[in-house]
Amino acid sequence: MNTIQLIVYLLGGLTVGSALMVILSKHPVRSVLYLVLTFFLISANYIMMNAQFVAVVNIIVYAGAIMVLFLFVLMLLNLSKENEPRSSLLVKLAASLAGGSLLVVLVAAVKDSLVLPVTGVVQNDGGLVENLGQLLFTKYVLPFEVSSILFISAMVGAILLAKREKQIID
Amino acid sequence: MLLEKLILVVIIFGLSLVIAMYSTYFERKVAAWFQDRIGPDRAGPFGLLQPLADGVKMFLKEDFIPKHADKWLFIMGPGISMFTALITSTIIPWGPDLYMFGTNVVLQVADFNVGILFILGVLSVGVYGIMIGAWASNNKFSLFGAIRASSQMISYELAMGVSVITIVMMTGSLSLRDITESQHGFWNDGWFTWNVFSQPVCFLVFFICSLAELNRAPFDLSECESELIGGYHTEYGSMKLGFYLFAEYVSMFISSAIISILFFGGYSFPGMDSFSGNTLAILGVVALFAKIFFFIFVIMWIRWTLPRFRFDQLMHLGWKSLIPIALINLLVTGLVIAFKNGWFN
Amino acid sequence: MQSLSNKRKVVSDKPMTFMEKLYLPAIIGGMWITFKHLFRKNNTIKYPEEQRVFAPVYRGMHVLKRDEEGRENCTACGLCAVACPAEAITMVAGERKKGEEHLYREEKYAETYEINMLRCIFCGLCEEACPKEAVFLTDRIVPTEFERGTFIYGKDKLVEPVDSRIDITKRQHTGKRTEK
Repeated sequence: MNTIQLIVYLLGGLTVGSALMVILSKHPVRSVLYLVLTFFLISANYIMMNAQFVAVVNIIVYAGAIMVLFLFVLMLLNLSKENEPRSSLLVKLAASLAGGSLLVVLVAAVKDSLVLPVTGVVQNDGGLVENLGQLLFTKYVLPFEVSSILFISAMVGAILLAKREKQIID
Repeated sequence: MLLEKLILVVIIFGLSLVIAMYSTYFERKVAAWFQDRIGPDRAGPFGLLQPLADGVKMFLKEDFIPKHADKWLFIMGPGISMFTALITSTIIPWGPDLYMFGTNVVLQVADFNVGILFILGVLSVGVYGIMIGAWASNNKFSLFGAIRASSQMISYELAMGVSVITIVMMTGSLSLRDITESQHGFWNDGWFTWNVFSQPVCFLVFFICSLAELNRAPFDLSECESELIGGYHTEYGSMKLGFYLFAEYVSMFISSAIISILFFGGYSFPGMDSFSGNTLAILGVVALFAKIFFFIFVIMWIRWTLPRFRFDQLMHLGWKSLIPIALINLLVTGLVIAFKNGWFN
Repeated sequence: MQSLSNKRKVVSDKPMTFMEKLYLPAIIGGMWITFKHLFRKNNTIKYPEEQRVFAPVYRGMHVLKRDEEGRENCTACGLCAVACPAEAITMVAGERKKGEEHLYREEKYAETYEINMLRCIFCGLCEEACPKEAVFLTDRIVPTEFERGTFIYGKDKLVEPVDSRIDITKRQHTGKRTEK
């Protein structure tokens, strides 16, 4: 086991550990903070795969923007153990059923995936900006543009939701 | 190689801290000059020991954690702020290569090939220091400060990102060293080489956004003392407060450096081709620092001139003015580049 | 209404022009104004080393005067206490005994005379009210103290010492009404 292998396993372990802490933390704000940590560790994993662009974009978009909004909302809600709504048995049952089936799907997916041996820094340049750009605008141009249409529809929907209340007042 | 980088890291670290220290002194002096006063002049000659006196005062104050505060997060907040403020300096190219002890010393800790995105990433993470600290102090005013800070940062990051993309499009690289090299010298082919002359609108947008990201006046709503006592650091005292204040000055130094690099040619200066070797390197470093100090002064100048924005005005400016302007500028730049490359022929 | 000072400005809320909406000219104008202040003379002085010259009518710490022979002028008539708008002055009158003629000018004198410097507003009405030219305000500054009690000045601090008289002639003749 060389140094790089050690780092990779350590990072993987830390990532899984902090991801577990997200669901094990009692306080929602702490959960979000562990989620932020998880994103950072995932970015570190990307860097180990020589995908620096993806790593940095992951930090900017997820850790820097989306998680800040999560935290923003949670801080305003002031959630605590006392005023947590009591969920009924039926809801708990449905939740565990849904979660369990997701677990089955995930385990099946992971089982079928290729297991590559950890060899060291992967010599793939797919994560570098230029190659990524080339790929996105040639081979994957259709999925790329379709996903942008998806985002536009989400934006239009958000604006519609925000505007609707005003029309009632008028 | 490792030793060389280590020495460079230590030098840059020390330099950032010393400059931040003296920025606090300089800020008070500048404020005094603008208001026809003298400013601090008691500690040492011209008051030059004032930052040390302030530091000693900060250290000797009682280190206090409020009863209802979340202890670990309360301590973590200022730490994260300081960390994010300091870490950006790793990718700044401080000057051309220096020849020393028989080796070629690169005056940059890491030439990351996604350099400018790294800066944006660190900036976007910087708000966690404020948010965590403010939430942990369990105080309404702190929370208000944090909410203002985070919404402000998210809003202005967009316009900032778009204006950075404009510069990246002009250069064709994300590395700060490449961006500097593309602005080599001062005059070439009948026009200035510095980006500020070819992208004045972009510079303006970027400059306004970096003021907002710094939480500096006129965008210092997150610590606006007339409404929120002290904003996010209301509950802080002693060196933890010192860290917050200090982090602001460190980031002021770093973002002045980034403005100098993106728009004012970094370490390039007029007539740099007539020098070479170590002379060029030293003059380049001096040029970069002159630009940095100029921008630190300008940022202070703005603080002591303009009144604070109202929060709705701030959001208005961010979303309805700066983002459209930056986007239109991006579009026009793209068209010009396409035209120059002969795509319309 | 006609403007008396010629400084009246008519306020209007007409929509801003494009140049005004840009704000940049106004911002640059403001920054030019602050920049000009960089080269102005400082208004502050370094206090303990340099001291500002007081106006001749400056009203600072009080003094209870003695006459030429070193006798206290005050007769404890209480007019200063009545005149005082801040009610800072109190006194207890006493009768002069045999053998005290060199201490007090008239038969009645102030056994205690106290001015509360925290209440005093330094208006100078006590000085105006005094018929015996006993109490005057000088150009001395009331020093800072650590406790409130020490700000109540008794005769020990107010009466001028015999050997170091406080000269008030230069200052008082500007404000004092002369006898006709």
